[in-house]
Amino acid sequence: MQESLHHSTTANDVMERLTTTTLAALELLFSGNPELWEIIAISFQVSGIAILVATPPALLVAFVLSYYHFPGRRLLISLNSTLLSVPAVVVGLTLFILLSRQGPLGEWKLLFTQTAMILGQIALAFPILVAMGHSALQACDRRAWETARTLGANPFRALLTIMREARFGLMAALLAAYGRIIAEVGASMMLGGNILHYTRNIPTAIALESSKGEFAQGIALGLVLLVLAFSLNAFLQHFQGKGQPA
Amino acid sequence: MNNAIAKHFLKPLLACLLLSMGTVHADSDHNIRLATTTSTDNSGLLTALLPEFQADTGYNVHVIAVGTGKALRMGRDGDVDVVLVHARAAEDEFVSQGHGDKRYGVMYNDFVLVGPKEDPAGIANAKDVTDALKRLADHSATFVSRGDDSGTHKKELGLWKKAGVTATGSWYREAGQGMGKVLQIAAEMNAYTLTDRGTWLAYEKKSPLKISFEGDPLLFNPYGIIAVNPQKYPDINHKGAQQLIRWLISPEGQERINNFRIGDNRLFTPSADAGEFASFNHSK
Repeated sequence: MQESLHHSTTANDVMERLTTTTLAALELLFSGNPELWEIIAISFQVSGIAILVATPPALLVAFVLSYYHFPGRRLLISLNSTLLSVPAVVVGLTLFILLSRQGPLGEWKLLFTQTAMILGQIALAFPILVAMGHSALQACDRRAWETARTLGANPFRALLTIMREARFGLMAALLAAYGRIIAEVGASMMLGGNILHYTRNIPTAIALESSKGEFAQGIALGLVLLVLAFSLNAFLQHFQGKGQPA
Repeated sequence: MNNAIAKHFLKPLLACLLLSMGTVHADSDHNIRLATTTSTDNSGLLTALLPEFQADTGYNVHVIAVGTGKALRMGRDGDVDVVLVHARAAEDEFVSQGHGDKRYGVMYNDFVLVGPKEDPAGIANAKDVTDALKRLADHSATFVSRGDDSGTHKKELGLWKKAGVTATGSWYREAGQGMGKVLQIAAEMNAYTLTDRGTWLAYEKKSPLKISFEGDPLLFNPYGIIAVNPQKYPDINHKGAQQLIRWLISPEGQERINNFRIGDNRLFTPSADAGEFASFNHSK
């Protein structure tokens, strides 16, 4: 009896704490807390640049893998699939060692900058873009490419035609890659150093705030990521039409 | 064809590269990279001090908060300009091995043992800290260690050694995390842990734990600041590092440390002496 009474109080406490924390989080968001919005802006800026830089070469690789035959092609595909499952902290650590002043790229002095974070996120986004881009392009009708070429399109024009054919799949690749890098904490923490006003982004801020016991800010930032994920998916759905075969 | 390539690929690519270059260039001489411990950052001290330093000098300080061990490592590798840490022996070694310029004392606080309200191991009336640790081991009372090569972790290991206890067994847990996280873990496990008073005061309100033992001179916790050796890394921001040190040990900086409170509690006691400041200015 005593025990269960004690138990129910704790459960109520927890519920109350969750509610107050979430309310405080919403208040932080909607009162336009500048520190919070700065963190959000940094996240979007870093991941935005990373995806912009990574996409063109990654899609080119995906295209080459789909439409050309050359020795080592299968091996490349397997290697790329392996990279898909490399943990972000390992990518972070590898780049950390490369970019540290003691490392081979130390001259550039990039460690603990936004550029280092961008590099880390490019490394994370690239294999996803290649893998998903490859499967999207591969699904296209090979005849589209051949027709375009026969009609006198140069390879670049033909490439654009194919990409247009595969646009839904490519868009999905883009969104999946963006979703991974904007929510990624390991590499950003190691390469950026979680510096306030500079390299503190949404995931590293959540890690820090929760270690300080400031759950409201952590939840507020988590909500931003949720809303983002939802909008990206809604956007994709819209693009894909009914989401059912025609 | 060439036009199309230029339009669709090269231009955006160039724009992106330029944008990322922009972020490189932002990183110039008015930024100082400070590697420091989680205790100075989590307690809120730096958040209170640094905007004033920036207003006074125009320098922008990038704080990277890690354990003392990692902070010194970053200094040794030239990845930061200056380190503010608390592990006296390791600091002296850092300077004597030529990684750092000179160590300046900045402030101190002390370590305390915190634990469950009921104090199951009865360490509140231990005669000194080694006795308290022996009692923890005797009772196999759950103890959460930082386990991250931080200043606090080094201190804790030294204390176990002094107490003549080999801390192993299921009661001794190594978390491998920062001070704040470890206080949370200890709270969840209803366990004891060693913490610096500054971080404890910042967490006290949210924690079900209480101070179980304090006051032994062995628990003294001095903080030192060291500029990374500019002879080793000529392109490091040594001027900025010097400026930060000068500001922190100046009478004004010391006064600000003295005035930093949480509630009614002073978190850090300034400890740079006037002689140190004078000799610093003289050596300029």
